[in-house]
This record gives sequence, C-alpha cells and structure tokens, in this order.
Amino acid sequence: MKSFTTHSGIVGPMDRVNVDTDLIIPKQFLKSIQRSGFGPNLFDELRYLDKGEPGKPNEGRPLNPEFPLNFPRYQNTSVLLARDNFGCGSSREHAPWALDEFGIRSIIAPSFADIFYNNCFKNGILPIVLSAEDVDTLFKEMYDNEGYQLTIDLPEQTITAPSGKVYMFEVDAFRKHCLLNGLDDIELTLQEADSIKAFEEKHKNAAPWLFAS
Amino acid sequence: MAGKTLYDKLWDSHIASQRDDGSVLLYIDRHIVHEVTSPQAFEGLRIAGRKPWRAETVIATPDHNVPTTTKERLSGVEGIEDPVSQIQVKTLDSNCDELGITEFKINDPRQGIVHVVGPETGACLPGMTIVCGDSHTSTNGAMGALAMGIGTSEVEHVLATQCLISKKMKNMLVKVDGDLGKGVTPKDVVLAVIGKIGTAGGTGYAIEFGGSTFRNMSMEGRLTVCNMAIEAGARAGMVAVDDITLEYVKGRTFAPKGEHWDLAEKAWRNLVSDDDAVFDKVIEINAEDIEPQVTWGTSPEMVLPVHGNVPDPLAENDSSKKAAIERALQYMGLNAGQSIKDIKLDRVFIGSCTNSRIEDLRAAAAVVKGKKKADSVREAIVVPGSGAVKVQAEKEGLHEIFTAAGMEWREPGCSMCLAMNADKLEQGEHCASTSNRNFEGRQGFGGRTHLVSPAMAAAAAIAGHFVDVREF
Repeated sequence: MKSFTTHSGIVGPMDRVNVDTDLIIPKQFLKSIQRSGFGPNLFDELRYLDKGEPGKPNEGRPLNPEFPLNFPRYQNTSVLLARDNFGCGSSREHAPWALDEFGIRSIIAPSFADIFYNNCFKNGILPIVLSAEDVDTLFKEMYDNEGYQLTIDLPEQTITAPSGKVYMFEVDAFRKHCLLNGLDDIELTLQEADSIKAFEEKHKNAAPWLFAS
Repeated sequence: MAGKTLYDKLWDSHIASQRDDGSVLLYIDRHIVHEVTSPQAFEGLRIAGRKPWRAETVIATPDHNVPTTTKERLSGVEGIEDPVSQIQVKTLDSNCDELGITEFKINDPRQGIVHVVGPETGACLPGMTIVCGDSHTSTNGAMGALAMGIGTSEVEHVLATQCLISKKMKNMLVKVDGDLGKGVTPKDVVLAVIGKIGTAGGTGYAIEFGGSTFRNMSMEGRLTVCNMAIEAGARAGMVAVDDITLEYVKGRTFAPKGEHWDLAEKAWRNLVSDDDAVFDKVIEINAEDIEPQVTWGTSPEMVLPVHGNVPDPLAENDSSKKAAIERALQYMGLNAGQSIKDIKLDRVFIGSCTNSRIEDLRAAAAVVKGKKKADSVREAIVVPGSGAVKVQAEKEGLHEIFTAAGMEWREPGCSMCLAMNADKLEQGEHCASTSNRNFEGRQGFGGRTHLVSPAMAAAAAIAGHFVDVREF
C-alpha cells in the first residue's frame, strides 16, 4: 500500500452534504474486475454533461463547466474539502480507488460514513475529520484564494493553512501506523495466526455447529 | 457492572486478538461473496500466493449483474448480453471453482440476492459474525447476528485471515412500541426512523431495533428494517433472538440439526440485551404515529408521510440543508410545497434486498389483485429476491396476479435497485421503488427514485401516482 507521511497540495471543493459513493463512482463502472481505471470517471455524473459508460473513451466528452473540480483553478486538486457524511451509501471500494487515481491524497470533512472512511485507509488516502466550523473556515479561505494549498502532516497530526494557522486532527493509532509505513495489514494479521487458531479452538467448543461440515 | 447489549455479546464472543491500541481481530463466521466487490480481492490473494483461511465459511452467488428477463436467463452466464457483466459473473464462477467455494451459480435454483439467500438457506444464523463486500449486509443482523458491510480490501483480508480488523462501535437502541396501523409496514417503520435520525444519525453505532413493534414483526419484516440500518449510517443493525427467529431458522439447509440444534438453541436464547444493559443512545418512536412513507428527494432521510407536501427550501434556516433541498427538488423535478400524492410515476420496481421476500410479494399482490396497472405507468416489474422466493410465489399464484395486472414477473437479482443490469430508469423518469437508495442516478442516469413499501408501490402502479394504501 502507498504510504502517507506529509502532503502539500491544491485544495478543491465538494461542497454538498451526504455525497454518496454512487455519486463518487456510478455503478456502471463497477463491472470492471480491475483495481484501476476509475480515475477518469470520478464524479462522472457531475463532471461530464453526457452519460459515461465503461469502455467509452473519456477524452473529448463534454465537461460540465459548472462543476468546480473542472475549473482551471482547481486543476491538480489533491486535498478534497467536503461536507458532512461524505462517502455514505454503498461499500464499493471503487470510490477510494477512483479518488486515488484522480490524485486525491486527503479528504477533509466534518464527518464521513464508516465504511468509506475505513476504505480510504486501505488505499493510502487520509480522511480527516475537523469541526464543521473549521471546515467552514477552510471553505471560505479556499474560495477567496486561488491556488489555495494546505499542508498535512500525519506524524504530527496537523494541517497547516497558508495563514500559518495549525489545525490538529485525530487518527486511530493502528491506522496511522499502517498509513505511515504503507503496511499490508493482511501480513500483520497473519503474524497473529497462532492467536486466531487458538480462538478457533475455543470457538469450536462453544459453537460446534459452526464447524460441522 | 451494567449488563451487556446484544451487540456487546456478539462482539465479545468473537475477539480473536485484542490489540493494545483498542482494535481487535474480530473472527468472522460467515463470508458472503458476490461478483462486484470480489474480483480484485481474489486477484490480491492470488498475487500474494495466499489461500482462503476457511473456504467452507464462504458462500457466493451472482446478483448485481444478472439479467432478470427469462429470455436472457435461459442460456445461463453465456446468455448475459452485456459482455462486461458477463466477464464479471464468469470471474466469480472461476474464482469459486478454483478455491472450492460454494457458489449458487446464475441458474441454480438457490441463486438470488445475497442478503435474501443468506437467511433463507440458513447460511446466516443467529450469533454469527457475518460480512460481505456490500453495505446492505446489515440485513442479516435481523437473525440476532453481527453483520457488516466491508470494502474489497477487507474481503481479501477476511478471505486470508478469517478476521476483520475492527474497533468497537457504540450502542444505539431504536425502540418502537405499539401496533402498526393497517397498511403500515416494516419499510415504513425504518423510513420513519431514518427520517427522524438522518442518514448520518447512526454513524459510529451498531443499532439494535427493540420494542414491541419489532418483537411482533416477522423475520421478513425484521430483515427489511435491518437492511436499511446502513441508510441511517449504521454499519450494523440487529434484532434480538426470540421464538420468531428460532422458528424461522429451524430446518433450513445450513441450520444446525439434531444435537447441534439443541446446543445452538440454548446458546441463541441468550442473544438478547440484558435488562440492565446501557445504550449510548436511545431513540423512541410510537408505532401508532407511523404512516405510510414516501421519499421525495435524493437521500433516504428526505422522507415524508404520504399525506405530506414536499418541503420549501425557504422555510429551512440551515444553509447547507437549504442547499440540499434546493438541489434535490431540481434533480427530482418537483416544486416546493407540492403534494406527494401528485407525483406521477413512470415506472414501478418491486424487488431488492430490502423488499423482495415472499411476504413483500404477497403484500404487493394483495393490492393489485383484480386491478390493472395505470396506462401512464410505462413499466412495472416484480423481481423476486431468490429462486426460492420465485418458486414459492409461483406456487401461491402471485405471479399470475401481477401479470394479469399488466406487471412483469422476472427472474431473481438486484435488478433496478442499482441498475447494473439492463433494468434501469431513463432520464427524468419517476419510479416508485421498494429498494433502499434514492441517490442521484442510482436507478439510472437522471432517474428519479421514490422509496416506498411494496404495498405502496403496488397501489402507485395501479393509480399512476402515489396514493395512501390505507384508502385504496
């Protein structure tokens, strides 16, 4: 997995509440059996004026001029600023795959849906929860300043704004450790194979019907 | 010390390893797999040279991509006209064949929507931890189980280790007491809950649905309610075990038999929250206050009783909510203040993991019996949740009631709930749908979804617009 330590980049907006994973990557693209190729179809229904289909070339499709991430000033966005309950709905990991491929390294919002939040960490994306008030401030500063950038420091758990203001954020210790080191958590879990086997024996005694063949 | 909640009990009995940082390796008893979220996980296993830890705990069936017309289903997987969908279903078949995983293939009579197949085959049992790469896995919590949706990386993790790295959620009790009025169904209950707490109201919680309303509810109804726990933001929803649960489970294909049944029954009787258990949050609703519900917007929380009027954004003070209402009205092509009953329907969809079980089809058939679909409704499709549901419905003659009314009777699958197959809305069409999500584009590019109960969808198909099924 890709690691994350520090990142500075252009901030772009997704200024609406309850952005669901259907909106992040529409279902027709979920037919792929690959892990890649989703970036050009991120936010497909908002980003383009026509309907996207798997296999259809995206170059030359009419862009929606009203969709902020299409504005010249938000090109190369790598930090997505969002609102409450970002990533709600389907568990599709295609959503963080698409965001990652688009170039998003971190998402800042007042709240995230649980499954999406978890899926981000598995793909080297850092989701950050800040208070609604702080997110409001960042939105305002971003809108007021073209080329607005933020610097995110995972070891220190800080976000630094151009003004010099520093925002602290919380992150679970295990997820932080995996993200900093780009660790494969399956390998880590398999180091505890003996504990899993010991539990399995105990579980078999308590619930033998779960082990009947 | 306070007693334990049902969730506490399920959690505590599956901790394979407790880590210092508060996370655990949660042991998984049942892993359900479908074609959409699994190919990359199987590929990951293969690249790393890993094998499933316990392949016998995995059960697979294709559901999202399968066609539902009998014509297309006749020649099985080869008959899937969309070549991309066909590859995905074939990939599931080959992965399961290679690893010795039990799969109900496309035309196996046991095939169906994962969350319908799990409970009805007894693959999902009380006391189990259950995962699937699908957010609606919460459905299975109705069995008195801890069932959660996971992402594809986690599918691979569970395949390889039989465990999920997990942190405990908080406990929420949604308590509904009293009798539901005539024509008010479990779907209306859960939509009313979501309307009350919002789509993020349950984020970070496991929800237990308790109170006399759920105690008196059938398993089918409880499955519908837990299915939509995720639409309230909760990864898991659950209902305590009682006689209704045990009667439902007994005798099913994968349910324990003989001596094992006796042991299991004894253990399962304990799967209730203790009287002195403490919940972090309690929501109370009076069943008598719940009316048939209809969603008007693009989030399940945008829901109203059928007699309501679509909200006016000018009446909303919160700027972000106001913007959401304005955007939803525009997308849905509705006017502020418009009566719900004036919304005209182009299509009707009865099906999905929320409402495609036998009881749902009976409720819909009871409404349409002897009546005709409105001419203005272009298409009304009824898609049973599984091969078993289809067989039972046909035995009861329900399919004839639907076809006589001008509705289409289809083969089992997810169908128009998410429109990954050919069943989809066209731009601008309004659909009365018994599914679970009314997100923009969910049922087709530019499609407009209204979530309702099977009875309400059936009545709308006949009337051509929403009506109160109690007055129908």
